[in-house]
Amino acid sequence: MIGKDKLIETLINVQKNSKGHYISEDKLEEISKELGVSLSKVHGVASFYSMLSTKERGEYVVQICNSGPCYIQGANNIATIFEEELGIKMGEVTEDKKFSLEFTSCIGACDIAPAVKINNEVYGGLNKEKIRELVEMLRKEGN
Amino acid sequence: MPKVEINIDGVNVLVEEGTSILEAAKMVNVRIPTLCYHPDQAVKGSCRVCVVEVENQRNLVAACCTPVSKGMKIKTRSKKVREARRTILNLILADHNQECLACVRNGNCELQNLCMELNIRDTKLEKINKSLPIDNSNPSIVRDESKCIKCGRCITACHEVQGVGAIYNINRGSEMKISTPLNRKLSEVACVYCGQCINVCPVGAIYEKNDIDKVWDALEDGRKHVVVQIAPAIRVSLGEEFEQDPGSIVTGNIVAFLKRIGFNKVFDTNFTADLTIIEEGHELLHRLNNGGKLPMFTSCSPGWVRYIEYFYPELLDNVSSCKSPQQMFGALAKSYYAEKEGLDPKDVVVVSIMPCTAKKAEAVRKEMNDSGYQDVDIVLTTRELGRMIKESRIQINELEEENFDDPLGISTGAAAIFGATGGVMEAALRTVYEVVTKETLENIDFKDLRGLAGSKEATVNVGDLEVNVAVANGLENARKILDLVKEGKANYHFIEIMCCPGGCIGGGGQPIPGTNEVKEKRIEAIYNVDTLSELRKSHENPVVNILYEEFLKEPLGEKSHKLLHTHYHSRS
Amino acid sequence: MVNLISRACGKISPLSIKEYKNNGGFKGLEKALFNMTPKEVIDEVTKSSLRGRGGAAFPTGLKWKFVAMEEKDEKYIICNADEGEPGTFKDKILLDGCPFQVIEGMIIGAYAIGATKGYIYIRGEYPKSKEILVKALNILREEGILGNNIIGQNFSFDIEVRSGAGAYVCGEETALIESIEGNPGRSRFKPPYPPNKGLWGKPTLVNNVETLANIPIIMELGADEYKNYGTDSSAGTKLISVSGSVVNKGVYEIEFGTSLKEIIYDVCGGIEENKKIKFVQLGGSSGACLPEELLDTKLDFDELSKLNIGLGSGAILVVDDSICIPDFVKNTTKFFDHESCGKCTPCREGNRHIIKILNKFTEGEATERDLELIKEISNVMKEASLCGLGQAAPTALITTIKYFKEEYEDHINGSCEVGKCKMKKGVAANA
Repeated sequence: MIGKDKLIETLINVQKNSKGHYISEDKLEEISKELGVSLSKVHGVASFYSMLSTKERGEYVVQICNSGPCYIQGANNIATIFEEELGIKMGEVTEDKKFSLEFTSCIGACDIAPAVKINNEVYGGLNKEKIRELVEMLRKEGN
Repeated sequence: MPKVEINIDGVNVLVEEGTSILEAAKMVNVRIPTLCYHPDQAVKGSCRVCVVEVENQRNLVAACCTPVSKGMKIKTRSKKVREARRTILNLILADHNQECLACVRNGNCELQNLCMELNIRDTKLEKINKSLPIDNSNPSIVRDESKCIKCGRCITACHEVQGVGAIYNINRGSEMKISTPLNRKLSEVACVYCGQCINVCPVGAIYEKNDIDKVWDALEDGRKHVVVQIAPAIRVSLGEEFEQDPGSIVTGNIVAFLKRIGFNKVFDTNFTADLTIIEEGHELLHRLNNGGKLPMFTSCSPGWVRYIEYFYPELLDNVSSCKSPQQMFGALAKSYYAEKEGLDPKDVVVVSIMPCTAKKAEAVRKEMNDSGYQDVDIVLTTRELGRMIKESRIQINELEEENFDDPLGISTGAAAIFGATGGVMEAALRTVYEVVTKETLENIDFKDLRGLAGSKEATVNVGDLEVNVAVANGLENARKILDLVKEGKANYHFIEIMCCPGGCIGGGGQPIPGTNEVKEKRIEAIYNVDTLSELRKSHENPVVNILYEEFLKEPLGEKSHKLLHTHYHSRS
Repeated sequence: MVNLISRACGKISPLSIKEYKNNGGFKGLEKALFNMTPKEVIDEVTKSSLRGRGGAAFPTGLKWKFVAMEEKDEKYIICNADEGEPGTFKDKILLDGCPFQVIEGMIIGAYAIGATKGYIYIRGEYPKSKEILVKALNILREEGILGNNIIGQNFSFDIEVRSGAGAYVCGEETALIESIEGNPGRSRFKPPYPPNKGLWGKPTLVNNVETLANIPIIMELGADEYKNYGTDSSAGTKLISVSGSVVNKGVYEIEFGTSLKEIIYDVCGGIEENKKIKFVQLGGSSGACLPEELLDTKLDFDELSKLNIGLGSGAILVVDDSICIPDFVKNTTKFFDHESCGKCTPCREGNRHIIKILNKFTEGEATERDLELIKEISNVMKEASLCGLGQAAPTALITTIKYFKEEYEDHINGSCEVGKCKMKKGVAANA
């Protein structure tokens, strides 16, 4: 049996292995049984940590940093550009489930602000052109 | 612990090192305000209402979780402290539904009291509070999140005391709230409806479902014959709703009130508690003599029954098939009693007054229709009875005491102690001993089984038989015993389990506050009821004996099986 | 700039034991384990005057002593690698550039305090750094530097890596401990402090990555030589993370006593073209916003405490004059509203009220009373919050009201000097 203290690790792993980068209700219930932790607490932990999601996300989770250093370099504009490029609003998922957009707190890429994290990769020094190229590249890569 | 001298608001006081500032202040007669603090729970330190100033400390400190140290100089009412407390309260109020006049806790709300005591005269922050849907999806408990102040006491009750975990904090920051898993309705999660969350809620965010009007309506319906039963624990707690000291025994006043408002008959759950002992005692003996499933668990506590159905369904065969006294009463009222009185059972309305929220759900279990009708129609908690009395404007303290009606109002002291943890076991032992040995039990007080300890055990010689018994109250304590049983490590024959800490006197429908200090008084009163009883053994109840002669014929007989026994099902 | 703590970073292949050893690696560990008693190690750390590099600047030697004094069979050492303070990316440089050094510091610490097990709690946002760490630990186990009988001595100790999952508050040591235990990262009240009752109720030492990276160096050089770096009141060096409107952003190692001006102009090549400095936020989002007049301030614990500010994580965000103060502070407060654990009232409720009121400022609808209200709320947050997060959350607000009050007043009067705010009443100054 997995120790109860491994709840967060377990949630991270389950999310990592899900195409939509999320933990479904079924999975939450499974984890609750497996670890012997009440479902309310499993949900509580999953909803506490912002990297964990109980809602389905895109194959590429675009996380736009909006902490201080990125904010003053125009993180909000970056968000708008992504919204336009992907045709969704922040917090939404594209229809083809390829991309989802969200804000994140600092990702430690302050020297290349404004920066985003897409799955495990960090991209910095963004502007409209770079974002277009990036989205284009990911669209192809996913296919 | 060595003592240290500290100074609180200019007064020197010698206290044990490590005492919290909150406790130390009580010694100089200063009651520092608190909100998340609950005397029976671990300190949380989260509401920050108890902040005080300590000389040479950078920030204010929370009195509840800061231990005193030598030479500490504390100010509990400086301008800085008063202003901070008011701002904190204002922050809480901005996210609190302030429809206080229509709130179930109006007049008994810790937040309301604090606002009064701390002189809140304006709420200067913008209201953030949203009106949220109220969850009244189940028969027992209603949640109103718009009132919740996030003190976390309910979570402690649900997780640490009861080990149920039906609610928890979700999200974080200003989005943090207390929630069922996956925001489901309470009826859709593993909640046992014990109501311990209600008992510790400082405000009106969680409360029992209101069934008072159903009772008024029944009483006003001329076609109905309305009878009422009151549980053992009610008589030692209701007085608290009417400024009486905890532990006051108000049985006669309650009976007088119930008669006054028009119940056709006022009966006593204690009668069926005696009956339960006869049935359950014989069931135990049957199991002992016929290689039945042991240990046998008691089954009077519906929160406990729900718990085992959810969490340990593999042990359901160990639960006594006896219905709870409430349900035995309902089944008999609509069969034996109706027959005797020449009433059509469809016209009989059975009302129960219970210390319990889970009883509301028990009454609507589909198994509980053995009379051909729903055996118990309406269940009110002690608190609801209190509200009903207030609404009636009848001054209950002034009423002349009256007695229960015949026949279902006659009981022994053994039934009275059902209301306290250990009581069912003690009552059962008094009877089982005499039934088996045919000798008189001289010392009938099983003191090892009494009191607030979470679990207790004893070994009793019943003739040649050594009977190992255990008693647990509070489901987290029950869980420990269940695990032992499951692992085959428990050699008990009979185990009493009460869902609520302290037993029914600490039930989820009891007057608030029901702290351990109050519970002790209620328990004391319960045993006084027992000692003052003429008869103290269930099998000596003359009416129970008549019931067997006239109707049931024998314990565990055919009629008993139909009306007084039931079965359970897994909910896992 | 100096190269003391970061001497191997970028120079060696991060997972090469050989290269690490060639750069002085494990000399400190060997010295400690072969020649020194645990008490002597603690004395040396105490003598070095090392203070925590995570933000609170607590004397490291003293913290170690507290844990060492606890007579318990089980003790833990935790490396706090939950680098979440916005604008801070220096621990990442150490973790990615020279993981062995951090681990070496942990092993020495474990030896000194008598810990049997260690955890590295790394933020979930650094998955690649986590992989490197896991590899580094495996290598060390194979080399006999971790596990049973470390470098042949009668001392056994192992380390597990645990990952955060996106919660800034877990940088607070008790929240971090909660998280390792598998709970939401909600801070505990203190006392008890982790050195007395920490992970699973056992004595626990929590040190920041950079703090631990200092240890092998202190052991190797000895406290006296180490103290040649820095000032009398602040020994050693500090890794600073510089971002914002400077030419060369990045992580630099400087000696204590260097001024902000020197950092901005000498180390980072000055302000970007056509921009003018408005303020510097020191220590990340929880840090103070200092106006240009204070740029001669030296990074030195004593000097900073005279100004009633802290060094924090050593993040330096240089902000130019295109930024509107109330708008900037609103963004900072949103960060804290998002990151607050939600446990205590001032922090849970305070941030969102400040955001609401600052919205009135940026929309030109604020009044004098609103300014009073945010002062009141921020003061209660600072004074009465349960943990450091809530206490520090209003720092930007408090310091900008102190140094840039006129800008708040301008907004009350309906004008935003930089033209950032769309005022509902009045006119933006440059509209």
